[in-house]
Amino acid sequence: MIKTDALIIGAGPTGLFTAHQLKLIGLDCEIVDNLDKIGGQCIELYPDKPIYDIPAIPECTGEELTNNLINQLKPFDIKFHLSERVDEVKKINENWEVKTNKGTIFLTPNIIIAGGVGSFEPRKFAPKECQKYEDKSIFYSIKDKTIFSGKTVSIFGGGDSALDWAVELSSNSKVNLVHRRDEFRGAKSTLDKVYELEKAGKINLFTKYQLKAVKGNGNLKSIDILHDNKDLKTLETDFVLGFFGLIMQLGPIANWGLNIDKKTITVDTEKFETNQKGIYAVGDICSYPGKLKLILSGFHEGALAARACFKLARPNEKYRFEFTTSSKTIKNRLGVKGD
Amino acid sequence: MEGAIQNNIPGIDADCGGSMACATCHVYVKEEWFNRIPKKEDGEEDMLDMAFEPNKFSRLSCQITVTDDLDGLIVQLPSKQA
Repeated sequence: MIKTDALIIGAGPTGLFTAHQLKLIGLDCEIVDNLDKIGGQCIELYPDKPIYDIPAIPECTGEELTNNLINQLKPFDIKFHLSERVDEVKKINENWEVKTNKGTIFLTPNIIIAGGVGSFEPRKFAPKECQKYEDKSIFYSIKDKTIFSGKTVSIFGGGDSALDWAVELSSNSKVNLVHRRDEFRGAKSTLDKVYELEKAGKINLFTKYQLKAVKGNGNLKSIDILHDNKDLKTLETDFVLGFFGLIMQLGPIANWGLNIDKKTITVDTEKFETNQKGIYAVGDICSYPGKLKLILSGFHEGALAARACFKLARPNEKYRFEFTTSSKTIKNRLGVKGD
Repeated sequence: MEGAIQNNIPGIDADCGGSMACATCHVYVKEEWFNRIPKKEDGEEDMLDMAFEPNKFSRLSCQITVTDDLDGLIVQLPSKQA
């Protein structure tokens, strides 16, 4: 079990600067993020797009901003837990016990949710009954490809993941590849291979079709696919794979008993605390009257939430406000020489 | 999309803020309007692959710039955005 003064969920710009603020005032912290890299939306959605409204930085890209924030954290030792999603939160006396999907357990008085618009999760099929077969016969990512050997697999999607897996699995499985239009957006070389394999009878291609229904009792038996022109086909299949990219979902946070309005968490504007003591929300994920979804607002919110954390992490100490320009203590923490 | 977000119209999420990166502002444009609005640019159809139940009248509303010519435009929403 990892004990820390504050746990930050989300390694986007707001989470990173919040970590900086916590370390400046002498608290330690750890950061969890579902993505495999630091930077959040800035890196995942728009690494190359210029941003023009960061104070004192006339222009920078999402990637540059992220790198600068990481540089700013260099004086400090901060542990990142990437590719991990926070699943459960439980109150234990004065602390929160936080469990991730990989089994890491944190014990902390403060949780700061800097989750942007949520965690990136795979997009799923539309028909409701697909849920029943999820992780048994219907998958959105592949962990063990050997289970498909000798079976019929129906793959949906038009990007690289769908094409790559269609080619890969066609050597040991009967593969149906289904896509909503004739054009594929995956790499041309892979697409050429798919057409070759289709000619060789290794892949059955169904374009302008979408999944309409799944059938079976306990085990998946067949699926219905519907053409743009309303032609309905039934395909017998053992497995269904869907590759429709990622979407941002609030995920397990939605079940933590926090006040949620649309996809955002309601907070006060003094501590940016939620309705649960010691759980804060900052950045795009929080809402309050007048909230602006700007990176600069996230920085302000993180700075104030960090001060609120001090009270719970050091109940017997008094927080004293200090400037980085004059405080010897802060300069020591930053590892720079005083004057 | 901007009009919907700024006026709290439910059903248009626009997670990415209008940068054609998320497909959560998906709408179905009424048939008689579909050919009257500016055509899709590169990338929109790719993004629509990821939308919830797309059909041939699907568009991402962040890519429809509203002008006087579009006065009276009718769009319908998918049952959900993701």
